[in-house]
Amino acid sequence: MSDIRLEGVSKRYGAVAAADNVDLAVAQGEFVTILGPSGSGKTTLLSLIAGLNRPTSGRIFIGGRDVTDAPAQQRNIGLVFQSYALFPHMTVLENVLFPLGVRKINGAMARQQAIEALRLVRLEGLEARRPSQLSGGQQQRVALARAVVFKPDILLLDEPLGALDRKLREELQVELKQLQRTLGVTTLLVTHDQEEALSLSDRIMVLDKGRPQQVAAPAEAYLKPANRFVAEFLGIANFVGLEGGQTGVVRPERIRLAEAGTAGKPARVTEAVYLGQMVRYHLALENGGAGAPLVAALPFVGRALTPGEKVCVSWEAADIWPVA
Amino acid sequence: MSSARQSTGFAFIAPLLVLMLVAFNAPIAYMLGLAFWDKAHGFTLEHYAGLLEAPVYLRVLGNTMRIALVATLANIVIGYPLAHWMRGLQNRARLVAIALVVLPFWVSILVRTYAWIVVLGNGGLVNRALQWLGLTDQPVQFLYNELGVTIGMANVLLPFLVLPLFAAMIRIDDRLLQAAASLGAPPRTIFWKVYFPLTVPALAAGTLLVFMLCLGFYVTPAILGGGRVPMVSNLLDTLINQIPRWEQASAISTILLIVALVIFAAYRRLDRKASAT
Repeated sequence: MSDIRLEGVSKRYGAVAAADNVDLAVAQGEFVTILGPSGSGKTTLLSLIAGLNRPTSGRIFIGGRDVTDAPAQQRNIGLVFQSYALFPHMTVLENVLFPLGVRKINGAMARQQAIEALRLVRLEGLEARRPSQLSGGQQQRVALARAVVFKPDILLLDEPLGALDRKLREELQVELKQLQRTLGVTTLLVTHDQEEALSLSDRIMVLDKGRPQQVAAPAEAYLKPANRFVAEFLGIANFVGLEGGQTGVVRPERIRLAEAGTAGKPARVTEAVYLGQMVRYHLALENGGAGAPLVAALPFVGRALTPGEKVCVSWEAADIWPVA
Repeated sequence: MSSARQSTGFAFIAPLLVLMLVAFNAPIAYMLGLAFWDKAHGFTLEHYAGLLEAPVYLRVLGNTMRIALVATLANIVIGYPLAHWMRGLQNRARLVAIALVVLPFWVSILVRTYAWIVVLGNGGLVNRALQWLGLTDQPVQFLYNELGVTIGMANVLLPFLVLPLFAAMIRIDDRLLQAAASLGAPPRTIFWKVYFPLTVPALAAGTLLVFMLCLGFYVTPAILGGGRVPMVSNLLDTLINQIPRWEQASAISTILLIVALVIFAAYRRLDRKASAT
């Protein structure tokens, strides 16, 4: 178990910076997610930490040790790919035994550790199968077991749930979180899925064009975004004009709707999207006030508003977060 | 309904099937039967007995096996690293490399084989280079012996090994190798435990193909061997066109066919075992 520290890490391909002067400190046992759109450089960052790639400049420390120039083999890292990257010519058990064999752990001892790792990901009984005989979710579990069986210093996950369907993804999110807590292993996850980032992480680093935009706990990043990019990338953002030409963000669930004619700004419902627990309303302010359309998310109680209905919109000053 | 569709399908296939049977299979069956037939006595094994009695036949057969084996091994030693190197190339360079490997396919075997005479002859490129370098005074005899035949066959058959190997190698996901590295495997382990096993089926198939083609090779041994390196196909030529003794030729062909089938069966067994577990 170790901490991770990046100091001014950059990776340039010609004029393009896939990672641009990134600083990050992940505490021992912490679960940090690097969140960004595709092309933001998040996978590059992960490959630099894993040692599959060398940074153009900056230093990388794992457990206080400078590993910037160490090859992947010497970093003792558990790495999980979106594509699973299981060895197709080996059985499940052989896959999990592989990192142990490399470390000269063999025989009954290795077998016991491998079976234990497979039990952790609830795959006992499938040891003799080939990866091709497993479902996507099972394959990803094998990859997880293989990545943790040798007690790596840190765990790196590259969009590990990206190839799975929604229901399975949510199931595995819970399991992943439990596994990480059980092992207490420092974990860095890369994803473009903001829900995944919000639900799994202790902290999130939002990345855009290779540059970190904000590093914060999920709730803080969501409610107090550092800038417009973070506000828009994490969930839905309502931008409202503030005094002095500033802009503020109000999240949809902080918007209040009341009957027309009461206090607040008059608006018209343009769309109502039923989401089960919630209903999302798209609103247009009357008399052209404040410009941008608003989105409100309200619990579904009794009756949903229908498009065309007139309402009054309001929000608390405390729910506004100013952004640059 | 499906059986109705099957019978209509059969009607379409039937002419082809007849052509296959009449044009290809019947002559083979006739040829194989010839070895067991004698005009005077009917069924006989005497042609096979004749093969065993005359040591020249077995010697040629053994010769053929040995040359085929050496040429195949040479193909592996050259072809595997070549295919691996091609996998690592960038797109454009890779295209050029493939073209260079395939190019000989489009040149007649006859031309390619005669080209080796220019290269390997006493006054050829290689000998002149060796003498210029002072490595030898006398020209080295490359032609009209087993060495020349082996070199020529290895060259002609190289694409048959390189192309399937290369196809298997580019299908190997780089992330598998990266995963192995991240799990702590040094490059040597990654190669032998991950990369190589994934290329074995293609290597086996290519090796088998090359070996079998070697067994029946005619043009290259005839020209580069100059009649001094008898291989089975050259022997068959003599038995059919010059002596002529069709029954003996048929018996030898049968043995060759059996050898090829045995090797193929062994390969299938290995392959099935590998994919079953």
